[in-house]
Amino acid sequence: MGQASATTGGLNRWLPYRIRFEPRMKEVPAWYPLAVTIGAIVVALFLGGILISLAGGDPLRSYAHIARASFGNLGVFSDTLVKATPLILVGLGCSIAFRMKLWNIGAEGQFFLGAFGASAVVLTPLLPPESPTWLFIPVCMLAGILAGALWGFVPGFLKARYNVNEIITTLMMNYIAVAWNNFFIYAVWSEGGFQMSRMFSRSAWLPRLADYAREVPLFRGLTVHLGLVFGLLAAVVVWYIVYRSRWGYEIRLIGDNPRAAEYAGINIRRNTILVMMLSGALAGLAGMSEITGVVHRLQGSISPGYGFTGIIIAWLAKLNPFAVIIVSILFGALILAGREIQPSGIPKMIQGIILVSLIASDFLLRYRVRIVRLVEEA
Amino acid sequence: MQQRMIWRLAVLMVIAALLLAACQPQPAAPAETAAPQATEEAAPAAEEVAGFQIPAIQEGKFNVAMVLIGPHDDGGWSQAHYEGLEYIQQNVPNTHVAYIENVPEGADSEQIFRSLSRKGFNLIFGTSFGYMDPMEIVAGEFPDVTYIHISGFKSNETNFGNLFGAMEVMKYLAGMLAGARAKMDGNPKLGYMATFPIPEELRLGNAIALGMRRTCPECTMDVRWINTWHDPIIEKEASASLFDAGAQVVFTGADTPAVADVAQEKGKWGVTYDWYGSCKVERCLTAPYWNWGPVYAKITAGVIDGTYKPGWDYFDADTGSLGLFGFMEGQELTPGLAELPPEVIAEVKDLVAKSLAGEFTRFDVFAGPIKDNQGNTVVPEGEALQQIDLDQFPEMGLGCTYCMKWWAEGITAELPDTGN
Repeated sequence: MGQASATTGGLNRWLPYRIRFEPRMKEVPAWYPLAVTIGAIVVALFLGGILISLAGGDPLRSYAHIARASFGNLGVFSDTLVKATPLILVGLGCSIAFRMKLWNIGAEGQFFLGAFGASAVVLTPLLPPESPTWLFIPVCMLAGILAGALWGFVPGFLKARYNVNEIITTLMMNYIAVAWNNFFIYAVWSEGGFQMSRMFSRSAWLPRLADYAREVPLFRGLTVHLGLVFGLLAAVVVWYIVYRSRWGYEIRLIGDNPRAAEYAGINIRRNTILVMMLSGALAGLAGMSEITGVVHRLQGSISPGYGFTGIIIAWLAKLNPFAVIIVSILFGALILAGREIQPSGIPKMIQGIILVSLIASDFLLRYRVRIVRLVEEA
Repeated sequence: MQQRMIWRLAVLMVIAALLLAACQPQPAAPAETAAPQATEEAAPAAEEVAGFQIPAIQEGKFNVAMVLIGPHDDGGWSQAHYEGLEYIQQNVPNTHVAYIENVPEGADSEQIFRSLSRKGFNLIFGTSFGYMDPMEIVAGEFPDVTYIHISGFKSNETNFGNLFGAMEVMKYLAGMLAGARAKMDGNPKLGYMATFPIPEELRLGNAIALGMRRTCPECTMDVRWINTWHDPIIEKEASASLFDAGAQVVFTGADTPAVADVAQEKGKWGVTYDWYGSCKVERCLTAPYWNWGPVYAKITAGVIDGTYKPGWDYFDADTGSLGLFGFMEGQELTPGLAELPPEVIAEVKDLVAKSLAGEFTRFDVFAGPIKDNQGNTVVPEGEALQQIDLDQFPEMGLGCTYCMKWWAEGITAELPDTGN
């Protein structure tokens, strides 16, 4: 025994206890995942607080500032929702792919393609610039959704047909998407030599609350746009698909137990392609909503990494479509308030810490922690 | 079902907690910092909240905000602007300044400008080309706030103005020095690491080439486009590529002093840009730089007393806001310059003095005869480019005569394809 305590490290010499991890045999109670998630966020905020202190800041006041800068009044709350809008759509796209254990890391590229598709409608132009808004919106949506779905189809098809790892293909296709957009803003739609397209005609903009400021003075300066409604509706649709439809049942079954799904006669290949396309379509819709609702032109920096943040959001929401909305708003707030904190960088690290804590906390759902007395063991 | 209920409850709790935090009374930080700042010391320019710099206004003062594309201490473009901001704080009475750094161009910046305006800042500087349209939009929403955009070409002539300076004068003089250096080293080749194919970058490249040909008629200049204003890695790689292709002296159009660092490794020469402190290493030949303080202070004072009218403001060296490292008051020649023929140094010194006196301006740099690198005469003898030619391409349709879409004689690169 003396030998054993020497190899398991110095702690044993001081404590008569040992920590053991045992795989869980039974389902955890319903409250448990929630408690673990909240615990993980608390731990993350605590670690973030240490980081802020090390950088010479006051954690509590920094957090209070983050809250004030993103929920403090109607104007900033509107800005938070604007930031949350693409995150909701991208998060939903990621969550439905992850539900089937398809690791779509390509939402960023699908977002860019969606933005491209919507821009093509305005800039090619597929519709004359004087077309009415009611025509522009559905056509741009369709173009964005199709372009995003196409970007999801390719890795989905490769996975279904040739079993190519979708993590690699989706990741690599992000770079192609960005380069594709760059080609168009540098060479095709460049305005007077500058690396951005011309501004979209007003009728191709998604309506914003601020547009109605004349009738409702309260809306002055509020930039929340129709894309938010897309996001909320999409959450309902995704929820219905996943929890209420036959297709959703297949998706969940494939995700949980592909072998059982196969025995049940479910077509895994077809579902792989369809789910990747749906996932890409949602990210593409996010790109469309951002480009017609916020940016109003095609240019280089249209995403501060929405596609990657969507991955975090899907995880944090435990793949639940309605939780995606809430988590997106919280992340929108963090991005928004984070911009104000100088030096920049600290808020990004907090985001990262939250993700790592969360993924680590998953361990607690699958394993029990037991503290055993050494004497007992001996 | 039960699990979802719990989730919803939890989410409501989190939001409630954030709302509560949001409604907390403002921390007393402004009161703490207000007293020392009244003495206008050279202390940190922006006020500190919770240990971080968070832009907030101070009641009763004239509040100035600045939006930066890079870090405020990037050793180049953004740092030069940031020091201009500090200069305002120290030289214009009753002002309070704040900044936001690392703001990407495009939609993100629009939200930042709107947020600063909402907070009540009186004057907002945007220091990157891509902030132009967002600033124009926000300026329409907040008529009481004045917006000054650096570089670019738009103004609404009421509260959104354009500001830039004749850096081409200093680039021309640096071109003279670089040409002389390359000639002396027996390798008559220069390199220009340019950012984006926009009129500004063509104008500055042409100014370098014209200066180079003045001291070294056999010299040529190669060009690399890096399509970024600020990327230390890409800047390093592109400068290495220019040196490897045979360049003796490389100029940068981007923000960091990467060219000089690479020149140090390669035993060649680099010409940095933007900030007087960027020319530190031995192999840095010189640096044309911005000294925004005096211009910013003048504009701020003018906006306070209502005498400054936003429009198209293009300043020359006589404002004191342009510099050439090694030649300004209190500076010494760098080692690389000290070895140059004394007549070249004397000529540049003379031109620097004239430029500071307003006798040598951008129109003297771009005075005919000027030939392009295809052998065509761009500007005939006895004529000069006009202001509109300096920052316009023909396709912008604003009526330039000669425009800036040409490469000067000696540049061994093709014109970038800029579409339409």
